[in-house]
Amino acid sequence: MTTTPDLLAFANAIASGTIRVIDLTQTLSPEFPTIVLPPEFGQCAPFRMEEISRYDARGPAWYWNNFTVGEHTGTHFDAPIHWVSGKDLPDNAVDTIPPAKFIAPAAVLDCSKEAADNADFILTIPFVEAWEAKHGRIEAGSWVLLRTDWSKKSYADYPGLRDDGAHTPGPGPEVVKWLVEERDVHGFGTETIGTDAGQAHHFNPPYPAHFYMHGKGRYGLQCLTRLDQLPPKGAVIVAAPLKIKQGSGSPLRVLALVKA
Amino acid sequence: MSEPLARPRRKNPLARTRLPLLPQGARSRTAHGLTAAAAEGRFALQVCADCGHVLYPPRDACPRCLSAKLPFKNIDPNGRLIAETTVRISTDRYFHERMPWRIGTVQLDAGPAIVAHLHGDTVEGERVRLTLKLDKSGSAVMFALPAQETPHMQADRHWREMTCDPQYRRVLISDGRNAVGQAMAKAFAEAGASTVFVGIADPWKPFPGEAELRNIAPIEVVPLDVTDTASVAELAAQNGGRIDILVNTAEHVRPGGIIERGNLSVAREEIDIRYFGMMRLAQAFGPALRFRGADGVNSATAFVNLLSVHALMNWPAYGASSAAEAACLSASQCLRAELRPGGVKVLNAFFGPLETEWYQTVPPPKLAPAALARAVVAALQDGLEDIFVGDIAQDVRERLNTNPKALERELGSH
Repeated sequence: MTTTPDLLAFANAIASGTIRVIDLTQTLSPEFPTIVLPPEFGQCAPFRMEEISRYDARGPAWYWNNFTVGEHTGTHFDAPIHWVSGKDLPDNAVDTIPPAKFIAPAAVLDCSKEAADNADFILTIPFVEAWEAKHGRIEAGSWVLLRTDWSKKSYADYPGLRDDGAHTPGPGPEVVKWLVEERDVHGFGTETIGTDAGQAHHFNPPYPAHFYMHGKGRYGLQCLTRLDQLPPKGAVIVAAPLKIKQGSGSPLRVLALVKA
Repeated sequence: MSEPLARPRRKNPLARTRLPLLPQGARSRTAHGLTAAAAEGRFALQVCADCGHVLYPPRDACPRCLSAKLPFKNIDPNGRLIAETTVRISTDRYFHERMPWRIGTVQLDAGPAIVAHLHGDTVEGERVRLTLKLDKSGSAVMFALPAQETPHMQADRHWREMTCDPQYRRVLISDGRNAVGQAMAKAFAEAGASTVFVGIADPWKPFPGEAELRNIAPIEVVPLDVTDTASVAELAAQNGGRIDILVNTAEHVRPGGIIERGNLSVAREEIDIRYFGMMRLAQAFGPALRFRGADGVNSATAFVNLLSVHALMNWPAYGASSAAEAACLSASQCLRAELRPGGVKVLNAFFGPLETEWYQTVPPPKLAPAALARAVVAALQDGLEDIFVGDIAQDVRERLNTNPKALERELGSH
């Protein structure tokens, strides 16, 4: 026998603080680093804002702005259509993904110790298996969020740019394929500037988190913050991108619901 | 003999800033032939095409043969200072504040006798070299220099009114991430600027030359992104009142024409960085520059635009980029009119392909960033408004004068 969930009780739990709402979003600002591609490729626009009026001659009683931003700027959502491997899937763009997909539980893998002294830390299957031995198997339909504490870094250290490119932690090819095929995960989320490691260009296939996740219709979240406030299991993620016609992703507000 | 320029005392922050005044600047349309020469640092007078008479002041008919064919031609500027006087009182507000002021009559070897402003090192009866300068009103005036260079002649009080010498001035280089910005910062440091603020966008992104740049004494690296209105406004709020020369080094050179661009992404970046970038700088720093045009020895004095010479004629190999440059050129003309009431000059430095990454496949001759920087500093020391730096820029300028249509076809043929 199934019981009907009590949505009012849920709302009351949020209002009373029995369920905590944690904001996993970085503030959209011009200063926040945006992903860097070789300069001959097209670039993702950083966040920029132009004031329309601020209680002045341009509009006496109101303050508002126009802003410009890329789909992949700041804390953002990757839809399957973002990657060539997901280009022909049904419901693969932010406007066509079923809205129920925007709410899902999360398994939070804490790699902060391992990544602290190793910007090139790579997540592997044995690491996840060891995590599962401790916290239980990752349920199908879960976001897998990689806690690296990267969101606590200065802007200078955050993208990890050196003379041979970016150095930030991320998943290896095998573990991404395994998470999709063996654990049927919902998507992959990171604190870093992308779902893939900084040096993932050299992996086989290159950018495996993009290639495998989006190739199987799964989603991505990046530039997350406050993952250190989430339990290994039990958090529910609310991550609904803007409804952009045939959009490949979008900046968004990512919220985690956690039992207090 | 000129005294070396003394480092100006720090401004009393409680003192009122004196407002800029301009000398009388009205000229006849014909007389702007002198303005055109002064803007580029040439010395030109009208020479009658029919009888060869050299004229001054500018006229619409030759006083000797009544011919109307009176083109401006470059003329030997040498002569003798035959009479001088010192003006001690004037009803003109501009000169009133700058008394005493020496003027004199120069007998040019080429013919005319001309009343001119005098450099402090000129001596009555001695040889002098006459120059055409743009005064604070932006119009051409005659200015006599000693025939030979004298020590510290740059420091002369009257000469400094005509020029934009960086010595003891505070300079803002808008973008220090690129080779031109870094060369510019070094050149201004060498020219005696008291502070060289160098803007760096996205400080989290390392760039070549960073360590060297940070180690040069008068250079102060500041956060500045010309594509971010808030960033430009913030720097202007903090430092706008103590920037005397602004050099916009933000660049976005990409090969390709209009069709080849394929879409607007790169074109938008070009317009955003070049045209809107210049506009953001002008809107944020322009008001203080214009307000401080007479603010002592280190008054605000110049806004410098670095422009591809293909702003003047499109080069289809870099066609979309040329179009963005043309937008900047047009804006610079507007900015000149807007800054002129403050006695602040807008220097446009035109150049061809540079020895930089985005001209990698372009054959020589190419201009080294350091050469461009030296030319900009020299032009400011000379008070110029338009310079064409390097062989390609000069060649394009000449061909524009002779046959612009031929230039258009030739630039588009390879």
